Amino acid sequence: MTASTNSPGTLAPSPGEAEDGGRTAGPWGRLPTWLRRTIVFAALIGIWQLYTSASGVSAFVFSGPWDVAKALADGVSSGDLVTSTWTTLRMLGTGMAIGIALTVVLTVLAVTTTLGDDVLTLVSSMINPLPSVAILPLAMLWFGLTDTALVFVTANAVLWPMTVSVSMGLRTTPPTLLMVGRNLGLGRWRLTWDVMMPAALPHALAGLKTGWAFGWRTIIAAELVFGAAGSKGGLGFFINNARYYALIPDVFAGLVVIALIGIALDLVFNVIERRTVVRWGMKEGASA
Amino acid sequence: MNGEDAPALLVDHVAIGYRRRGRFVPAVADAAFEVRRGEKIMLLGPSGSGKSTVLKAVAGFLRPSSGRVVVDGRVDPGPGPDRAVVFQEFDQLFPWRTVLGNVVHALRVTGVDRATARRRAVEHLRLMGLEDMLDSHPHQLSGGMKQRVAIARALAVDPLMLLMDEPFGALDAQTRGRLQGELARIVARTRSTLLFVTHSIDEAVLLGDRVVVLAGRPSHVAEIVDVSALDGPDAPGFAGARHRLRSLLAEEGEILDGVYE
Repeated sequence: MTASTNSPGTLAPSPGEAEDGGRTAGPWGRLPTWLRRTIVFAALIGIWQLYTSASGVSAFVFSGPWDVAKALADGVSSGDLVTSTWTTLRMLGTGMAIGIALTVVLTVLAVTTTLGDDVLTLVSSMINPLPSVAILPLAMLWFGLTDTALVFVTANAVLWPMTVSVSMGLRTTPPTLLMVGRNLGLGRWRLTWDVMMPAALPHALAGLKTGWAFGWRTIIAAELVFGAAGSKGGLGFFINNARYYALIPDVFAGLVVIALIGIALDLVFNVIERRTVVRWGMKEGASA
Repeated sequence: MNGEDAPALLVDHVAIGYRRRGRFVPAVADAAFEVRRGEKIMLLGPSGSGKSTVLKAVAGFLRPSSGRVVVDGRVDPGPGPDRAVVFQEFDQLFPWRTVLGNVVHALRVTGVDRATARRRAVEHLRLMGLEDMLDSHPHQLSGGMKQRVAIARALAVDPLMLLMDEPFGALDAQTRGRLQGELARIVARTRSTLLFVTHSIDEAVLLGDRVVVLAGRPSHVAEIVDVSALDGPDAPGFAGARHRLRSLLAEEGEILDGVYE
């Protein structure tokens, strides 16, 4: 994340030095990016297929891309994979919504009151270093093997990295903008809403990207634990279940879905950034 | 309400200081002057003379440690849009709002309805020559354009007085000259009351009716020079006033820094 919020005179990289830095462009480097990436992707899939066919590795521990693709298609058409994915995404969404709401409340309290600041600084510095899945045993103790427990650990995973970024963003609002707001006669709350929150948006989006990644890892890990404990549910359960029944292509299919969702959500957040903070010159253009 | 003759602003023997590492450091020892309605007052002084500090006290961002600021009969009022401030910094526009959005926002939060706000915003932006930039975002503008938007925003809220804190200080000489001319023309037309902080003698003489010279550390008002008859470098007396201000600042010993051309 760049801290260069709206400093005057920040220049876009001049064409030519944009992508390849100091590397010399050989024949390979002169190909368009999409073509290079497609070739590399196809080669990796090819090596994967070649290894599975040629090495004679047991189908009970490893699957080739063709089997994985078939398992994916079957999972989608039977609805198993779709249901599992939807379950996980729904819980992730709920957890994130709760995490974001709490982030807004806590950080606004922290920048408007000194006590709130002290409490948030202390609590976030204590909880933030804790791997979020580590509180899963406690969540299971409190809520049992339920969706509530999963939503709880996800919300917790999202909350702390986000509060750190957002309160940093609110705190680094340019003092001139605050004076402009006060000059217009804005009170404390209106100043927070009209000036500080939008000014914190670059940090908030960076925090959201970190937060969702934490939440995503956490919920999959928690579901795997739940799956091992025999509870039904989302993608983690799907993978664990497939392993149990030795449906190895399904295990891989689950992993592929997890990766694809990760890529898709990252793209979504990049689009949001481009349409807001990048367009407003509050952040340098994110390379896709 | 006061009559037309009461000053818009009375700075009544104001002293202001900062608390730095637990100690009180005085910046302004005694600032005393008044601004009548429609008058253009320039605050001139070397850097560190507390001229911006005085302006911040008038704006309500700082409280005088002694003396008082009387704005239209109110003593030491907090910040408010009746004293619209234009800052030196280019980042005084909200980057997430368009040029038009910045001005409309200022009008909306000061209680103007949507349709009127839009009409008045467009009108003032046109006055500053920005009619082609309404939908641009601030980061797409040059420094000079950003300052024009800030001036349009300050004028649009129809303040009792304009407070300007070296608004052209970070611009190149050419842009500065052009904006000085435009500002002089506009404030003459709108009959705005103006309190303008500068460290440029020429700017003070060109834009001001009277120049309040701050000197010393902590500072006091060294002299108030009438320059109301001098609206161009060719006016008789321009060189004289310039010379007088130069010698006042020279007593400060800072003239040798080459700041004052």
